[in-house]
Amino acid sequence: MEFPDELRYTKSHEWARLNGDKAVCGITDYAQHELSDVVYVELPDIGTEVTAGEPCAVVESVKIAADVYAPLSGKVTRINAELDGAPEMVNATPYGAGWLFEVEMSTLAEADALMSADEYKAHTEAEKH
Amino acid sequence: MDFVPHTEDDFRTMLDAIGAELFEDLLAGIPDELRRFELRLPPGMPEQTLRTLCAEMARRNANVTTHQVFLGGGAYDHFIPSVVTALASRSEFVTAYTPYQAEASQGNLQAMFEYQTAMCELTGMAISNSSLYDGASATAEAAIAALNVARARSKIVVSKSVHPDYRTVLGSYMHGLDVEVVEVPTTDNGRTDLAALEHATDEQTAAVIMQSPSFFGCVEPMADGAEIAHRSGALFVAVVNPISLGVLAPPGEYGADVAVGEAQPLGIPLAYGGPYLGFFTCSDKVMRKMPGRLVGMTKDRTGRRGFVLTLQAREQHIRRDKATSNICTNQALMALHALIYLCAVGRDGIREVGELNVRTSHYAAEKIAALPGFELRFEAPFFNEFVVRCPTDPAEINRDLWREAGIIGGLELGRWYPELKDCLMFCVTETKTKENIDAFASSLESLACRVA
Repeated sequence: MEFPDELRYTKSHEWARLNGDKAVCGITDYAQHELSDVVYVELPDIGTEVTAGEPCAVVESVKIAADVYAPLSGKVTRINAELDGAPEMVNATPYGAGWLFEVEMSTLAEADALMSADEYKAHTEAEKH
Repeated sequence: MDFVPHTEDDFRTMLDAIGAELFEDLLAGIPDELRRFELRLPPGMPEQTLRTLCAEMARRNANVTTHQVFLGGGAYDHFIPSVVTALASRSEFVTAYTPYQAEASQGNLQAMFEYQTAMCELTGMAISNSSLYDGASATAEAAIAALNVARARSKIVVSKSVHPDYRTVLGSYMHGLDVEVVEVPTTDNGRTDLAALEHATDEQTAAVIMQSPSFFGCVEPMADGAEIAHRSGALFVAVVNPISLGVLAPPGEYGADVAVGEAQPLGIPLAYGGPYLGFFTCSDKVMRKMPGRLVGMTKDRTGRRGFVLTLQAREQHIRRDKATSNICTNQALMALHALIYLCAVGRDGIREVGELNVRTSHYAAEKIAALPGFELRFEAPFFNEFVVRCPTDPAEINRDLWREAGIIGGLELGRWYPELKDCLMFCVTETKTKENIDAFASSLESLACRVA
């Protein structure tokens, strides 16, 4: 299971790749593994204001439809439209082609509250028990 | 599966487990006066006497087999080929709902899959669920689906020519969702006022709902309605009578995003309170917001064809409070009736039935409009129902028709539309012969002459 160092993580298993005031977000390797085969992804509309900790997308697998919570507050600036035809990319490369959306952060302070790779790894191990 | 009630021992075990003395103790929280009720029944009688009594009471019922009926308004008298009841009554099929462990009942699932296929062909829509309860709840579910597709929008625009009961149910479903329901009036020709529809439809509108044939029987300008809806980015919901689709344009042709309605006309007998059959069909875009059950066809490990419930992640047992709907079942037995009916009449038959409805109803309309004092209220084209302005009180006409000719007359529209309080709406389907219609017209004439 991968936990890339350069990313920030949430307890609800999303990741964020910070770049200036923008953050690309997705679900973690652990999350995609728990969900199993993803069959559909419902993304927010571009321009939607999302709030950290509030549901803003849905990842549907053969088992369940799970809410994705926004890791950070702000405006959605891009969404991964490729997922419409190839939702399985969320399973194959959750940190790459399987990204979900990009947020223009309304406050930079929120990013500090997210977990590091090590913290998140510990969190997933705790959840397993 | 047989129904096995609890035994006395079961009750005792359960009561002991929770430490209660009597079952009645569990009801102590309900006020006494609400628990006390009396069944006002005569004393017991032998089964043979009881049967005679019930048969006598049943004989006093009036229905389409005992009387001439010209009443429609949402539930319709159509001929039902014997094969429908014969096949649908087979004990293998007798379940009102989706069976538990659905995949163990491949025959049921196959029938539902075929029903879905038939409804898609009839409506020209991409997807059909395996049915809902009735036309009214299907209409309300369509509004919910539209609100889920257009997430930021919170307004539903609905024509006043949509069945009043459907609009009431829609109001109940929308109540508490913080959704504004805007009703659009009809013009004097009985059809939706398109200018008003356009005015009411805006960037906040999730769906525009129109019905054709409308509650008044009129064929509505559905393509124009769809265009108005789409111009504002709203979905267009078409409420249609499926038996009219052999002659009227199917919703898929004029750009409907959702097509719903009451499928009782397809092989389901008239019954007070149902069970009837709501159908729900939609485009690919709405698929994941569709309520209810959906049966898919697949292959098993060894390549054999099999049927499964599919897209269940939308549904309540998986998605909980975020489900597309709180319906987790369907109207399986009634859907089976509709499927067998459609198979029995076939592609040509459904068109013939439609043509017969148009022909008989237009013959009746011309006859009635020619009577002194009667006139057609609307100019719009109609399918099998039409509104007539009467020379005297519609309620009196209905009463006299019943008393003097044993005819069940039309629908008194004043109940919902005060401006039409001098009108009756008649329904004439393929079950009426020329002789039936002529006799009906002379009954109306003799009543009218007496007034004049």
